[in-house]
Amino acid sequence: MKKSLLISATLATALLPFSGCNPPGQKSAGETKTASAGTPAARTYVAPGDKDEYYLFYSGGHSGQVYVAGIPSMRHISTIPVFAPYPATGYGFDEESKKMLGDYSWGDVHHPGLSKKDGVYDGRFLFVNDNANNRVARISLSDFKTHQILGPIPNSSGNHGSSFVTDNTEYVLVASRFSVPLPKGRYADPKDYEKEFNGMLSGIKVDPQSGEMSVGWQILTPPFDWDLGSTGKGPSEGWAFWTSYNTEMAHETLEATSTQGERDYAAVVNWRAAEAAVKEGKATMLDGVPVIDPAKVPGVLYFMPVPKSPHGIDTDPSGRWIAAGGKLQPVASVFDFEKIMAAIAKKDFESEFRGVPVIRYESVLEGSVPVGLGPLHTQFDGRGNAYTSLYIESVVAKWKLPPWTAEEKADLNKVILDKIDVHYNIGHLVLGGGDTKKPYGDYLVAMNKLSKGRHLSVGPSQPESSQLIDVTGQKMAMLYEAFTEPEPHFAQIIKADTVNAIEVYPKADNKHPHAVWEAKDTGVVRNGNKVEVKMIAIRSRFIPDRIDTQEGDELTIHITNVEQTTDMIHGIGIIEQNMNVVIDPGETKTLKVTMTKTGVFPFYCTNFCSALHQEMQGYLTVKPAPTAETAAK
Amino acid sequence: MHNFLRREILFLRRPLNLTSRVLLLLAAGALAAAIFLPLWKIHLVAPQYREGLALDIFSHKLVGGNGGQDLHEINTLNHYIGMKTLSQADFAEMTWMPFALGGFCLLALRAAVIGRMASIVDLGVLFLYFTAFSLGNFYYRLHTYGHTLDPRAPMTIEPFTPVMLGSQKIANFVQTSLPQSGGYMLAVFIALLFAAAWCSRKELP
Repeated sequence: MKKSLLISATLATALLPFSGCNPPGQKSAGETKTASAGTPAARTYVAPGDKDEYYLFYSGGHSGQVYVAGIPSMRHISTIPVFAPYPATGYGFDEESKKMLGDYSWGDVHHPGLSKKDGVYDGRFLFVNDNANNRVARISLSDFKTHQILGPIPNSSGNHGSSFVTDNTEYVLVASRFSVPLPKGRYADPKDYEKEFNGMLSGIKVDPQSGEMSVGWQILTPPFDWDLGSTGKGPSEGWAFWTSYNTEMAHETLEATSTQGERDYAAVVNWRAAEAAVKEGKATMLDGVPVIDPAKVPGVLYFMPVPKSPHGIDTDPSGRWIAAGGKLQPVASVFDFEKIMAAIAKKDFESEFRGVPVIRYESVLEGSVPVGLGPLHTQFDGRGNAYTSLYIESVVAKWKLPPWTAEEKADLNKVILDKIDVHYNIGHLVLGGGDTKKPYGDYLVAMNKLSKGRHLSVGPSQPESSQLIDVTGQKMAMLYEAFTEPEPHFAQIIKADTVNAIEVYPKADNKHPHAVWEAKDTGVVRNGNKVEVKMIAIRSRFIPDRIDTQEGDELTIHITNVEQTTDMIHGIGIIEQNMNVVIDPGETKTLKVTMTKTGVFPFYCTNFCSALHQEMQGYLTVKPAPTAETAAK
Repeated sequence: MHNFLRREILFLRRPLNLTSRVLLLLAAGALAAAIFLPLWKIHLVAPQYREGLALDIFSHKLVGGNGGQDLHEINTLNHYIGMKTLSQADFAEMTWMPFALGGFCLLALRAAVIGRMASIVDLGVLFLYFTAFSLGNFYYRLHTYGHTLDPRAPMTIEPFTPVMLGSQKIANFVQTSLPQSGGYMLAVFIALLFAAAWCSRKELP
């Protein structure tokens, strides 16, 4: 009787997935591919018309952009321009995006971080850092566009240690890779590096409603080169960790001078205490930002020794284990957050550095896992396993997190579970949700630094290779390989249904002060030498399609794409005026051109819109400025 | 003949029993509902419009699907073949149609109260005429829109009449046109009138 009940209950739950209805193009839950069925080809095949299960957000490195791909297909789906102009979407041509880019036409995007709620992705924002010009950008996942670029951040140089998002997106945490004389703009001789230069840890505050970012507080540090970090969760929620690789405080030929010490200091930061210290007025203003001197405000910053120029320092899903990659030592050092707390409580410090306590290494180390050569960065599958990228060995190592048995502790080689070759020289790796409390635990993407001709030859400038690895089984399985623009560093993977993107900008939500929707509201208004145009774009015409100006005029066009239909995008390119703006359905953009040349300049729709797209054009006329002679007539 | 006329007079003088009166009340309700429900739907499907574009026709308004957006889209597409913009303001019948339906609704209530077979017959005849007129007018509208195409339009197509009931292919679109809940309510109204008359066909005056 009991047995039959059990069977019918199982049947009922097995049938449940079929009872839901799915949006078109989405597989019903009943036929979702499990990563353990079929050949790698079948597992990565997304049939025409079907959709991927996950979004993969790649950082684009020095291309300055973010790339969106799908998993398991690894197909590149779109590019989100962030720190560099991108004519494909007109980014960096219209006034709105020009203003965001400011004086810079490139950035160096390293570590994307998704917004979180209760320690899991909420699908609202993606934050990315610019290592080169010390900025952080916010991409909204409602329209997959950059909405804010904050920076250059005062007192912070070489924004590499970012963007690490706290459990409820209170802050995006940032650390400086390079130290400079502060405040910025001050000259000091690099010979006086130790004395005159400083690094900085920053908390970038995120508005819970709008996502608007502002600099909340900063913590002054010695001139170490801060590298990568992670935010705590669960028991370590409210804390953050960064590695550094130049505790030697060297300033020339770093490859030798900064690698002399056996250990470098990681930063252990109580960011809630930093926030409170600023509220209590314990900070000093520097370049408009409240800066905390950790020597004067105890409890905010601790140093923790980590072997030899480490790279990544990653908190596991439970929030208790912290794994640091040794880079120049073949081990992943695992620290126990409980022991860190106990050491701080007992004042179990081995020394002090510039007034900051250094936690006793032996007291907090759980073990050094001999993962292999060149460990950089670790991610987690939520089943008690860690995956570390080994740059020198060209391998991903899978190993077991603590708690370990006495036998395992005696020989930590026993916790190494599997290794898989990657091609070649992996830098970062990413597991879906690998930096959250609940990793998805099925796919891992290895982001390799070199591809060495594993693709059709494209000459000396070679793309980067990324490899999709199935981590559901005991042994990792190589599924697929894709090539990307230079150069993915870290990435984020999020379940497709966590993201809710719009397909058109609803007319009702358009807040642009110069948006017009009807032909009768369009027009050209002259004011002195300023010519202002309110224009609409609709299949297949511009209204107005003639603009008359005079040499020396400053022309402003507010163009509204009045379509409300998915994918009905228009563009406006002006011949020989270096102008191309692309307007999505329901969007208004403003562009400015100064009329330096005389003549007639055709303009046309650059983004294919309809059967008569070719006919969507107009003329901008520029009369010569009146001379004394012509004015007299 | 004489007999027939006597039977007719007798029939028209028959009083309505309770059942018939209740059916007439229900008929009035159906008509009241028809004022607010969509009468007809025109639906267009093409490869690039897989979910289709919908146009709901009410007694008093024209509503595009997808929050009204489909009407803009249909007009945008129609401008390529030179069809006049579909706009609610151009349909004078949408100003009086709800009142006409309201009038029939009142007549049905009157018939229920007065309780004479003659009232049902009056109402039925008037309403059938009204229905025929409305359907004819609907066809005429479709025909006019499909046959007054701007000769300067980018695409030249043979003048056509959009289908009123069923489906047909126009260029890359399959156009389907079917009555909706409001339209069915009008049919229900007629059926209820017949039922009301039938139930009292043997009542003695």
